[in-house]
Amino acid sequence: MEIFLLDKTIVVVIVFLITLLIAMYSTWAERKVAGFIQDRIGPNRAGIFGILQPLADGVKMFMKEEIIPTQADKALFIMAPGISMLTALLTSSVIPWGSYLEINGRQVMMQITDINIGMLYIFAVVSTGVYGIMIGGWSSNNKYSLMGALRASSQMISYELALGLALISVIMMTETLSLKSIVEYQAINGWNIIYQPLGFLIFFICALAECNRTPFDLPESEAELIGGYHTEYSSMKLGLFLFAEYVNMFISGAIMSALFFGGYNLPFHEELSTVFSHNTLAILGTVSFMLKTFTFIFIFMWIRWTVPRFRYDQLMHLGWKILLPLAMFNVVATGTVILIKMLW
Amino acid sequence: MEKLTNRSKVVVKKEMTFLESIYLPAIFGGMWITLKHFFKKKPTIQYPEEKRPFSFVYRGLHILKRDEQGRENCTACGLCAVACPAEAITIVAAERKKGEEHLYREEKYAASYEINMLRCIFCGLCEEACPKDAVYLTEELVPSQYDRKDFIFGKDKLVQPLGTSAHPKTYKPYKK
Amino acid sequence: MEQLLFIILSVISVAAALCVIFVRNPIYSVLSLVITFFSIAGHYILLKAQFLAIVNIIVYAGAIMVLFLFVIMLLNLNNTENQEKRSFVSKAIAVVAGGLLLVSLVGLLKGSVLTPTTGGISSDDIGTVQRLGKVLFTDFVLPFEISSILFLSAIIGAVMLGKKDLKDH
Repeated sequence: MEIFLLDKTIVVVIVFLITLLIAMYSTWAERKVAGFIQDRIGPNRAGIFGILQPLADGVKMFMKEEIIPTQADKALFIMAPGISMLTALLTSSVIPWGSYLEINGRQVMMQITDINIGMLYIFAVVSTGVYGIMIGGWSSNNKYSLMGALRASSQMISYELALGLALISVIMMTETLSLKSIVEYQAINGWNIIYQPLGFLIFFICALAECNRTPFDLPESEAELIGGYHTEYSSMKLGLFLFAEYVNMFISGAIMSALFFGGYNLPFHEELSTVFSHNTLAILGTVSFMLKTFTFIFIFMWIRWTVPRFRYDQLMHLGWKILLPLAMFNVVATGTVILIKMLW
Repeated sequence: MEKLTNRSKVVVKKEMTFLESIYLPAIFGGMWITLKHFFKKKPTIQYPEEKRPFSFVYRGLHILKRDEQGRENCTACGLCAVACPAEAITIVAAERKKGEEHLYREEKYAASYEINMLRCIFCGLCEEACPKDAVYLTEELVPSQYDRKDFIFGKDKLVQPLGTSAHPKTYKPYKK
Repeated sequence: MEQLLFIILSVISVAAALCVIFVRNPIYSVLSLVITFFSIAGHYILLKAQFLAIVNIIVYAGAIMVLFLFVIMLLNLNNTENQEKRSFVSKAIAVVAGGLLLVSLVGLLKGSVLTPTTGGISSDDIGTVQRLGKVLFTDFVLPFEISSILFLSAIIGAVMLGKKDLKDH
């Protein structure tokens, strides 16, 4: 029991640190990608290739003056960035980062916990993710912040539905809600993207919306709402809000690669297992999982620096009148195929 | 109404085809363009370390030249001040005293020679007007200042220091 | 361990539920209601009903309370003066309604005998989706379908209301 707890604690700490580290370097990568797409170089002064830029940004954020508006609701104003960060980090607990490692004959799972309702857990945490933004926007006592918060909440509610329906078709195929089982299902049957391309497209678009990434960054649109829900925030509180966005991005990239792109499975597993030991294979699997995740993070950034922002009515039109019926159709189609297979 | 030019384009709002209305091909097209830019050569120049070469005819900060014996060329004739379209040059003339022959080439010299760098438009007309080859525009940029009065460059900043190269284009007053 | 968790969760849920009623600011009220939902979800997990717990969070904390918060933020109800001007009639109606609820609750609880029902079904997967789905589609298929028809009619009603609004303008 104690060893189990120790293992879990270590895994939790490692996952936590890696998530934060990757989110940190995502900020750097974002600026680099933005630069390269706009024919610039991006940050390159702090360290070689600007590799120390996140540290410099962090130091800057901490040194900035802390401003709390006098008319703001102080308790909620301070709480909101924390809630944002918390909900962003919570999801990482059910993601299978790899299979297991064998250390001194014990099997250490490279996943914090494999609950049998993992998918629903993710969905629940995502659906509560809007609270940080809403509370932050409301407590600032600023009309732009409030409008950002309202936009965020309506956007998230609208896109959660299509997100959930896109997931349901995957669940119908794999017949499990545990993410680890879904990954293992793909080891036998091939990646889910082959069977669910439409589901993946819907999920991807909704993930963009849930992360408040361009073209769905209406809650924080800097042109119309001067920063939206974080207009009044400064110093590290603003930093936490911005950071939560990158954590969300990393987590949704990880979820997408676990659900649709085989997670930590390696191709030619049989052939490779004769060459490498189990632990090496497990680590290789984790590396491939991370590579897939990074690809998604890159695609997120790539989209951000290509596509302009939606107008509000376009956003609602896309969510309710296009994605939702499409996801519904996808569910019905998947059900029909499963039924036909069963009757065969 | 009659058209003023034939360049105007008639905008027609026609129905989008299905492929256009799902927007995805257009989005992928846009992403292809940004991806191409991703791998393009970057024109960035790392400024303080790397500098772009100036054109040979570039006109920057002025200098007041000395001749081969280190005497100031300027005779305070005022032609530069007259030629200046921005009226940036103010000259106070003085007569050369005995024993100052090693300092000034002509009998008259500029006791004060001020150029207001905020007024100056760097047209180079002073350089063309000068009969004594005294004023030249170098490749140097005017350094930024916090105060307006610091932009009025007197003789202390303008006169070519002793022992430097005579050619104005290779002469760099602010470089060690 | 479970005892300790139960006590902590109970304290949180009762305290948050009291906050919902006694806090002046409606935003705080809603947020404490969210906390209550979370702690109740914790109770569900202790009772091995994980599915119910998660659905509770998704539906109530994730969707309904967000809408509540949305509406309260839009109405900007946080000026407390309005609450002083309640008429005597509305207060009286509230007292009567609350009293009736209390009476019916007491009546219900008095008749029932509190027996531990976990004896027969102590298996760990009692609350899993598979078990729940099987039960829903076999033993309780009629109520399940009836409630789905109810939802369908509610959806159609909502759509009708929305459409009618559009035509008027």
